[in-house]
Amino acid sequence: MKIHEYQAKQMFARYGVPIPRGYPAMTVDEAEASAAKLAQETGGSVVVVKAQIHAGGRGKGGGVKVVRMKPGPGATGEVRDVAQKMLGMQLVTHQTGPEGQKVRRLYVEQGLDIARELYLGAVIDRDRRRIAFMASTEGGVEIEKVAAETPEKILTVHVDPAVGFAAFQARDLAFALGIGSKETLGKFVKLMSALYEVVTREDCSLCEINPLVVTRGHDVVALDAKINLDDNAEFRHPEWRDLEDRDEEDAVELEAKAVGLNYVSLDGNVGCLVNGAGLAMATMDIIKHFGAGHGVAPANFLDVGGGANQEQVTKAFTIILKSPKVKAIFVNIFGGIMKCDVVASGVVAAAKDLGLRVPLVVRLEGTNVELGRKILGESGLAIQAASTMADGAEKLVRAIGGAR
Amino acid sequence: MSVLVGDRTRLLVQGITGSAGGFHAKQMVEYGTQVVAGVTPGRGGERFEAGAAGVPVFDTVAQAVKATGADATCIFVPPPGAADAILEAFDAGLALVVCITEGIPVIDMLRVRRALEGLKGTTRLIGPNCPGIITPGSKGSGRAGCKIGIMPGHIHTPGHVGVVSRSGTLTYEAVGQLSAMGVGQSTCIGIGGDPVGGMDFVDVLELFQADKDTHGVILIGEIGGGAEERAAQFIREKMNKPVAAFIAGTTAPPGKRMGHAGAIIAGGKGTAAEKIKALEAAGARVAPNPSAMASTLAGMMK
Repeated sequence: MKIHEYQAKQMFARYGVPIPRGYPAMTVDEAEASAAKLAQETGGSVVVVKAQIHAGGRGKGGGVKVVRMKPGPGATGEVRDVAQKMLGMQLVTHQTGPEGQKVRRLYVEQGLDIARELYLGAVIDRDRRRIAFMASTEGGVEIEKVAAETPEKILTVHVDPAVGFAAFQARDLAFALGIGSKETLGKFVKLMSALYEVVTREDCSLCEINPLVVTRGHDVVALDAKINLDDNAEFRHPEWRDLEDRDEEDAVELEAKAVGLNYVSLDGNVGCLVNGAGLAMATMDIIKHFGAGHGVAPANFLDVGGGANQEQVTKAFTIILKSPKVKAIFVNIFGGIMKCDVVASGVVAAAKDLGLRVPLVVRLEGTNVELGRKILGESGLAIQAASTMADGAEKLVRAIGGAR
Repeated sequence: MSVLVGDRTRLLVQGITGSAGGFHAKQMVEYGTQVVAGVTPGRGGERFEAGAAGVPVFDTVAQAVKATGADATCIFVPPPGAADAILEAFDAGLALVVCITEGIPVIDMLRVRRALEGLKGTTRLIGPNCPGIITPGSKGSGRAGCKIGIMPGHIHTPGHVGVVSRSGTLTYEAVGQLSAMGVGQSTCIGIGGDPVGGMDFVDVLELFQADKDTHGVILIGEIGGGAEERAAQFIREKMNKPVAAFIAGTTAPPGKRMGHAGAIIAGGKGTAAEKIKALEAAGARVAPNPSAMASTLAGMMK
């Protein structure tokens, strides 16, 4: 689960990771009021207006604006103008895709006097099975690019969970970064140790500060914040419900998630209903394998899970049927715990309810397969039975090719 | 012969009184697995109805091991208590811990993994988020099977192909293809779809390479992480048995979690293309599509 920068910063603040002073704003009025409040509280005249979307690279796309407020009445007028332009814009970054993401929330933040921009991030290093802290002198730029072009500029330490984070690990990074004065060093060590608490207690799968800045006043401050939360830990974080921003999510994916289905929207035209994540991915692959050159590609990834009931299957099939881009449907089930008759009944119920307007190819195998085939056969629906995944994919190519 | 489990394995089931644990405990007993004990805290002294005699239930894993001599466990405990259940199994000294549970927080698994490293090889962990392990058996073969987990037993046949996979249903797909061709399996192991778990491909390949009864291997990987690349290195340096592979997720978009917590292309790393390249360079043959897993291996074993 992704959260907004301002939400991540609020989390930082609770654990003592220093952040600039700032306020979220949902309207132009709120943005202007926040700027006035910041000027009063900090005595500074520079504020930064930042678009809040779940994607990185906002600065380049025009989603981050620095405003130097002129003294006197009407000082916040320019903030108002900037907020006006930013709210509602389609912000396009390298992570949003060409259509961009609509900006609905802003964050107005105190401007800082920056001496240096660094990078600091914590990730789960799955190959080492440890939390890894990565730091770099190349702050404020795409870290993937740094990793690819100058990997020697990324410094890494791994934390042993039996021992926990140790101050020397922060010092190792700090000296390698050339952090400067003893005062700054102490602040960096404190920040990293607080960040480790954020990662472990808040169940972050990713926690990134880019840039982490050293100010001319020798403070170490998280100028940006990106946190991904581990979906598996939702059960022990009821407060996460308030962090969810449904506007940032795909509506169909949310609908599927609500009934315990795993759904990812894709660009193609074949709706897929599969049990198991690996088989669902392989189903996408085989459709693309046989469909390439014929304009046939998967419209979605959908894993109904190992133990879905008939209602879930019905819901899954309904979601696929409702999609206007779907030109054919492939149901691919290898019944284990999941019984083929349950899938068949769910598919038939949904198809009878909504009407089946596109070709349906079904491949059933495994537990209760005979019963499942019987239910499909007696349904009166126009179903093409496939003997293997490959056979199914070829039938889909013919079905869509013929329909065009 | 087979790896890790066989007809002498004495299994206990953690979470045996839950709906999933109970259902699968019965299935395992029916398959012929020796289920000797169940564990559910607070339900000690009960008897779980399965097979002719039933299975005694204990409050703790240590008690169950002491009373029954169990040497393996299968865990069905829900995510909030699953990591703790694994640690309890480690502490009781079980040689094999199979965790089926899906949805354990990765922070919990980091601790579990660290505890496992401290045991220095006396215990093996399979999973979590996996179908388990099976050494197929049949009346005709003179070998009783051992099924630990949730896979459908009836699709398996005893034989000489080892299967190792990060995905449950794709394992069934491969096994189904093998059995349909009349090719049996020595042992099939689902290592699970989470980013941090127990045995990885290399651990399993080591066992298959050493097992006299395993003549070839099907390896099923997916996008995310570097486990397939490490497997490729092992195949190149240490294996002389044929390995056919399939990598799921060639068409998966980056940054999207494809069901499994571990199946995600992050920061441009963990793509199917890189993994396929590494495996082919190591001498494994990669099936062009998932319907061709068994036939690809058969082509190498002729």
